[in-house]
Amino acid sequence: MNTWLSLHWHAFFLALRRLVSAPYASLLNIIVIGVAFSLPTGVYILLENLQTFSGQTSGEPQLSLFLELDTDKATIAKIESRLKQHPQVANFQFISKDSALKQLKQGSGLTDVVDSLTQNPLPDAFIINAKSAAPEVLEQLRAEIQKWPKAEHVQLDSAWTKRLEALLKLGQLAVLILTALLSFALVVVTFNTIRLQILTKRDEIEVSKLIGATSGFIRRPFLYFGAIQGVAGGVIAWLIITIVIHLINSELTNLVQLYAIDLHLYHLSFEDSISLLLFSSWLGWIGAWLSVASHLWQIEPK
Amino acid sequence: MISFSNVYKRYPNGFDALKNIDFTIKLGEMVFITGHSGAGKSTLLRLIAAIERPTIGGIIVNNKNVGMLKRRAIPFLRRNLGMVFQDQKILFDRSVFDNVLLPLQICGFDHRSATGRVRAALDKVGLLNREKAHPITLSGGERQRLCIARAVVNRPSILIADEPTANLDADYTKDIMNMFKSFHQVGVTILIAIPDTRLLGGSQQRILALNHGKLAT
Repeated sequence: MNTWLSLHWHAFFLALRRLVSAPYASLLNIIVIGVAFSLPTGVYILLENLQTFSGQTSGEPQLSLFLELDTDKATIAKIESRLKQHPQVANFQFISKDSALKQLKQGSGLTDVVDSLTQNPLPDAFIINAKSAAPEVLEQLRAEIQKWPKAEHVQLDSAWTKRLEALLKLGQLAVLILTALLSFALVVVTFNTIRLQILTKRDEIEVSKLIGATSGFIRRPFLYFGAIQGVAGGVIAWLIITIVIHLINSELTNLVQLYAIDLHLYHLSFEDSISLLLFSSWLGWIGAWLSVASHLWQIEPK
Repeated sequence: MISFSNVYKRYPNGFDALKNIDFTIKLGEMVFITGHSGAGKSTLLRLIAAIERPTIGGIIVNNKNVGMLKRRAIPFLRRNLGMVFQDQKILFDRSVFDNVLLPLQICGFDHRSATGRVRAALDKVGLLNREKAHPITLSGGERQRLCIARAVVNRPSILIADEPTANLDADYTKDIMNMFKSFHQVGVTILIAIPDTRLLGGSQQRILALNHGKLAT
């Protein structure tokens, strides 16, 4: 155990020393990795933010029925009973024009605008949850209700969330592709760095093998090097993202003041940050491992 | 203990470096291998350390058949051998101390006990006051002593030296030879390749004389 520990300490410190002994080359490598990684991470954060935004609206099969402005209470009661008996309607909720105005006042922060209105421009409305989520059924229901008297407009609420979700899925695919490509770039960068290192450490490797070094002993510092470089690149990516989010948020503050709405970008969660660092270090390790596996065997003591 | 039985070594180009080598070196023995340049001295030593494999025959080192050793087991064989190489193989990117430290790092010694051992080894070869020096600043004799310190720092049971006195003048040669004798006296098995017996200075030692890859009897 003690031997094992000191072997790993040795490899770790050797890797750190090699990293520090060529500061400019190491820094450039780390920055390249960081920039490459900040791209998919940035898009990922954008998607996460969009998702929390779309998460606030439900993806349930929901219809909104807006009535004409001059609809009287009797008609509303009639519509209510028709909805109750309708086989495709699971439940529904009536929102009167007054409560709709109140909601708008509270929810959107457009208090000043609402207060300046002389009369309520909002219609009475029903929010209807359908039993089936199948698009054809919903469309049929919409068309049917649309024909009812005093029905001004029937809207399928789930349509635009579906569109957003489809868009988000596309975005996720983009993130996946970007991540795959740039991960490959990271592996290649590390592969090359380690290849150069192995070439310059030829003597050391040969002598070490001659005096009883296992291939693990020789491999380890290079693997640590790759992993450390990967982590450092991950940290750079995280910093880039932090700065960008900060910049965007300070711009958003201006918007928020102008429109009196609450809108800001969330940063990576703690778990996501840790995942980012683990992933980048793992990729560095893979690159180093590939390089070591393809170059080290060429150096045999003579 | 080192034992060769009917060992042949043929290189891929068809050159027979060793032919029918047969000998046994007992524990704690000190043996010299002599022979002209190209007689096969280096090849013989390299077979012991499994740097090369025999074409035919068995080589037993510390009760292990070196010729049949798995790749993964070779490092552990070499840790029990102290080796002084013909071309020294000193690492010039680090200090004298760090050169001697390397075998201990390989074995996973912690820093404190390793430091003590390195100093002891440097003390034995008289280089303790040069531990911080850069190898490039050392004289030929000092470099050779550095190689010996590196070979013995891990306290191996067998010490192998390939022409350790090449390019050294008579005084240095005597110095180095005395050093090997002192290791022999504390029970280390020693095997030294030298170009001719004049270097022994008349002392009575067991000699394996190689001539064109064959042992002269």
